[in-house]
Amino acid sequence: MIREDLEVVNHTLLAVDTYELILRGRLVRDIKQPGQFVHIRTSADEYLRRPVSISDYSMEEETITLLYKMIGKGTKALTNYQAGDTLDVLGPGGRGFPVKALPGERILLTGGGIGVPPLYRLARELFEKGAELTIILGFQSVDHAFLREEFQQYGEVRVMTNDGSSGNKGYVTDGIAQMAAPIDRYYTCGPTPMLKAVVQQLGDTEGYISMEERMGCGIGACFACVVPSHDEKGYKRICCDGPVFHHKEVVLS
Amino acid sequence: MNTVVHLPGLSLKNPIMPASGCFGFGREYARFYPLADLGAVIMKAATGEKRYGNPTPRVAEAAGGMLNAIGLQNPGVDSIIREEIPFLKAQQVPIIANVAGSTVEEYVEVAEKISSHVDALELNISCPNVKEGGVQFGMDPVLAEDVTRKVVQVSSVPVYVKLSPNVSDIVVMARAAERGGASGLSMINTLTAMRVDPSSRKPTLSNGTGGLSGAALKPVSIRMIHQVYPEVGIPIIGMGGIETTADIVEYLLAGASAVAVGSANFKNPFICRELIEELPDTLKHYGFQSVEEAVGGAHRERVETGLFRP
Repeated sequence: MIREDLEVVNHTLLAVDTYELILRGRLVRDIKQPGQFVHIRTSADEYLRRPVSISDYSMEEETITLLYKMIGKGTKALTNYQAGDTLDVLGPGGRGFPVKALPGERILLTGGGIGVPPLYRLARELFEKGAELTIILGFQSVDHAFLREEFQQYGEVRVMTNDGSSGNKGYVTDGIAQMAAPIDRYYTCGPTPMLKAVVQQLGDTEGYISMEERMGCGIGACFACVVPSHDEKGYKRICCDGPVFHHKEVVLS
Repeated sequence: MNTVVHLPGLSLKNPIMPASGCFGFGREYARFYPLADLGAVIMKAATGEKRYGNPTPRVAEAAGGMLNAIGLQNPGVDSIIREEIPFLKAQQVPIIANVAGSTVEEYVEVAEKISSHVDALELNISCPNVKEGGVQFGMDPVLAEDVTRKVVQVSSVPVYVKLSPNVSDIVVMARAAERGGASGLSMINTLTAMRVDPSSRKPTLSNGTGGLSGAALKPVSIRMIHQVYPEVGIPIIGMGGIETTADIVEYLLAGASAVAVGSANFKNPFICRELIEELPDTLKHYGFQSVEEAVGGAHRERVETGLFRP
């Protein structure tokens, strides 16, 4: 993990309040797995950096692609950055998704809202290992949806929206319930209630979940972003032990 | 430029150290720079048993600062002695252990166990984020003096009492700590605060209240140190919102002998080392030849030097 002033290469609006930010710098060389994140200083005024997952990256171009949703003051400040500006970034942080797949294995990827982006690079790497992917993406509505077409190159995509304006009406768990064949493994990212529902629904199937939480230091020192765990220690730090956990590692509430 | 500071139990090569709770037990920051560069490290609070702390969210932004309600999460004093202190000792940096508890007995137990492994104790009677103990001891001069005396009795190293700003008269609390036998004071802990989320209509932090730290706290801390400095005969470690070397000079002039940097570590993990590098030039800029010369300068007879024209 390093701190670097990354150059903004491109910054575009993808969907309602959802932006794609492409940054360039040598930090990309340290990326080990899909699902890691960067910790961004969005303005000089803010004390807390904002963690954003890495959606995709290119070692050749030395770029990382981030998708974020404008929710509060920090992410609003982030929207002001334009191509050519620099952004103070700490990263890459955390443990990402273990890319485990044998040719022909059936793997489910499911994400909700701004939990979708970290699954994008993962989909490519699992696809390259020969896995058969079912990708279930959940959004509020068609106006909030993104990456639907891009995911199609890696597997069968099903979109679920709360109002049925894109794909089927319902939650990602409804999409999972409609799946015909059993799966060997799943990967999921989204709000904690969604993760909990997915984990319950899929029972003992091997799964990996990526969690989000307000963070402080982002490097494991401040204990702001903890989640209860089943081990003797009793907790995991989302920023450095996660954000990706085996589904039996942590206690979701 | 002489940046050395001598305090009870502590010989610091510079007056800058990370504040308790913002630096864990040093491991994470040791990846960014050698901890030996620091004046000292103040460890995250230790309690008798391991504590999980509060539910999340535990942090929130606030104008000019941030709120936290971690709730003294730590692996417990035995584990800290076994797993964490050996790592810090190997870094060749003075260690201050922050001692917390819910009862006087717990404070005494932790101090007794940990003191022989470190250079000084910081007695945390000012944590606002736990239901029992913590700031209760820091808001009552009788309780503060009592717990200080009992901890000093069992400690083999000097004890610095960390004061809370959540009091009507800080001087009363400082004197109580001094009467209890404190070798120094740490000033100040966070100010109890709250934010409410307009969407959920509930407090932003799951604990409800949290501690305000950062730049917004600095003038409060400067004021309190300036008040306490002439009233006690023990040194003060100053903290609250330090982000620049000019901030540090301000703390020294108000009466602090050394300083701790807290939430600014989150903005910039290299902040302590950067401040250490810049401090000599800033002291020189304001007409000082050493750190110790600046301490309490806001209280002394005015002498014309450098930029200063009385």
